[in-house]
Amino acid sequence: MIQETFAIGDSIIHRLDPRVRVVFATLFSFLVALSDRFPTLYAAFGISVLMIIPARLDIREAGKRLKTLFWFMLLIWMVLPLTFEGDTIYRLGVFAVKRQGLVLCAQITLKAVSILLIFMALLSTMNINTLGHTLNRLSVPGKLVHLFLITYRYIFVIEEEYRRLRTAIKIRGFKSGTNLHSYKTHAYLLGMLFVRASIRAERVHEAMLCRGFHGRFYSLDGYKPSRKNRNFSIIMTAAIACLTFIEYYPI
Amino acid sequence: MHISEGVLSGPVLLSGGALAAAGTAIGLKKIDYDRIAQVGVLSAAFFVGSLIHVNIGPSSVHLILNGMVGLLLGWGAAPAILIALVLQSLLFQYGGITVLGVNTVIMALPAVICYYVCGPLIRKKTSIAAVGAFAGGFLSVFLSAVLMAAALFFTEKNFWGVAAAVIMAHLPVMAIEGVISVFCISFLKKVHPAILPNYSG
Repeated sequence: MIQETFAIGDSIIHRLDPRVRVVFATLFSFLVALSDRFPTLYAAFGISVLMIIPARLDIREAGKRLKTLFWFMLLIWMVLPLTFEGDTIYRLGVFAVKRQGLVLCAQITLKAVSILLIFMALLSTMNINTLGHTLNRLSVPGKLVHLFLITYRYIFVIEEEYRRLRTAIKIRGFKSGTNLHSYKTHAYLLGMLFVRASIRAERVHEAMLCRGFHGRFYSLDGYKPSRKNRNFSIIMTAAIACLTFIEYYPI
Repeated sequence: MHISEGVLSGPVLLSGGALAAAGTAIGLKKIDYDRIAQVGVLSAAFFVGSLIHVNIGPSSVHLILNGMVGLLLGWGAAPAILIALVLQSLLFQYGGITVLGVNTVIMALPAVICYYVCGPLIRKKTSIAAVGAFAGGFLSVFLSAVLMAAALFFTEKNFWGVAAAVIMAHLPVMAIEGVISVFCISFLKKVHPAILPNYSG
């Protein structure tokens, strides 16, 4: 089941102006992705962990979401130190563990975890509809936002459709295996999903036209500038300035 | 198929972002407002479709479907894939903001190439259509894997090990996507041919 687990909640972060959150999450992520020095990365990691607290995220759910990252990290920690060229610091038979490889793995892990945590804390705590309208206000093209909102709206409907089809083939005794019949069944299931989506889209479009749609979605909720937003902006600007300073002016 | 955060270098991230922005702009230009509902609901269907896992021996893989996206949406694949990636990162935390551009290029460029190369083939009435559909599924995943490997390689020459592993690991997925595309396209041609661009029953 697809769910927006973090979007429902009431915390300081949830109440901040979404525009502020989008802007600072983006700045912070790019800064981290472009940094290479360990003091910067540790500091960024610290900041992103701290962000989780005011956002009041469910720690178990957050951990579950980091699990996909975990497998990838496991892979690079196993491959990179061995395939990298550099100084050998440990030798085990034919395998030589290289220092540069280990350093790179550590950098990648710190960057990836920091970026994902800040993303969870600032962006996943936002209703996706709100995000759409926020992007529009941050001058992302209206058509793209429109497409984004429709896609988001229909993911849940189509998923239900998918579940129905899935139940139908299960009831008829289908068991997925590695054979042509299984692939054919999956392909037809997929095809049916597209057909139903396409027919539904026609109905949706007609319904929208009937209601006077002329190419624009209106947002009803507005956020007023408040002291909280200002304080948050000041803190984040200071944090980003510090990180930039640590990265580019090493003491 | 996506690259994780924190791996790629600045130049690769930025050029990926620029390419993705250009592709998305072209895609948006090609979709007029009457087609937006169609593209939006279909990209929702692709999003759900990519959750389907098919068995392969003792393990299972999920479908990528960027070839199918290209065959059905043409240039519209670029914004559709960008949006699917944003939704994936919001709902499942697959990647964050900085790799969004690169990942969009990795998935969408092969989709558009398939639209031009395999699109005319699948409209044929002979068995060439099946060849075209297979190529659409196979090629799109293959090109995605190559682009992914290239992004890794341009970041750091020493990533060749991981890059090669990426291409190897996707070989079975390419074959499966090819087979699925053949059946899926033939199904669509029988059941709802209007869904295929420029196809006249």
